[in-house]
Amino acid sequence: MWGYEKRLQYPVNIKKPDARAAKIIISQYGGPDGELGASLRYLSQRYAMPDARVAGLLTDIGTEELAHLEMIGAILQQLTANLSPDEIIRQGFDAYFVDHTVGVYPQAASGTPFTAAYLQSKGDPITDLSEDMAAEQKARTTYDNILTLIDDPDVIDPIRFLRQREIVHFQRFGEALGMITDKLDSRNFYAYNPAYDPK
Amino acid sequence: MNGYCNNDGGKKALFDQINEVSFALDDLRLYLDTHPDCAEALALFSEYMDKRAELVGKYTENYGPLDSYCLNTSGGWNWNSAPMPWMKEANK
Repeated sequence: MWGYEKRLQYPVNIKKPDARAAKIIISQYGGPDGELGASLRYLSQRYAMPDARVAGLLTDIGTEELAHLEMIGAILQQLTANLSPDEIIRQGFDAYFVDHTVGVYPQAASGTPFTAAYLQSKGDPITDLSEDMAAEQKARTTYDNILTLIDDPDVIDPIRFLRQREIVHFQRFGEALGMITDKLDSRNFYAYNPAYDPK
Repeated sequence: MNGYCNNDGGKKALFDQINEVSFALDDLRLYLDTHPDCAEALALFSEYMDKRAELVGKYTENYGPLDSYCLNTSGGWNWNSAPMPWMKEANK
């Protein structure tokens, strides 16, 4: 089970609302390489992970991704607080506002709702960990793109923190993949699924 | 991490120190998942766990609960008294 701790993993304190920035950053809430997909990917994949160390890593990173989801939610909440109708229109937030007011809804920057099609749980540790490494790089690129488009230091600071975590997770998943391949049976030199042996 | 035992700065300083030491543990936990035999990381993990327990104990006693399993109900239900963590006021 999970407990709840009443604090963000890294503080978010944004002084200036900016709905335009929120429209972009929401992709890391419910977009194709966002934190919700990351968390569901790792927490779902762990059931087929035969190595307890790697199942533990997936649990710990999947849990941290939930904390990142909460940080993105905090960024969105603070960026859209106290906007006037005029600001909502001028900052291009009207299309989102009509469906969700300023509630936080898991969608991509394009408006596409979150879908489990963003992630895979293949039941093969080699395949899944390779996906996880790619997923971390895709999330890192998305944060790089966000950093290209925003200039408020209050927003840049937590986004940089999240970007750095993608790099650390990529490193850990690479090590986990090595742990799995090191344990492959010497007869399994073509790296068939080590979690499913129909024999 | 410097000065995390110096709590003279009050609630905000204590809260910041809890966030710092917790993050050190978050990062070390992942490192130890793939390097379970690293003596240096194990020693750091143990040291930071002790610091964290001390800081969280002090915070809970003085300013209210952070953890849903560590609630003191003698004065009533205080789990929802502090602002939620996504609010600006909780991060100032």
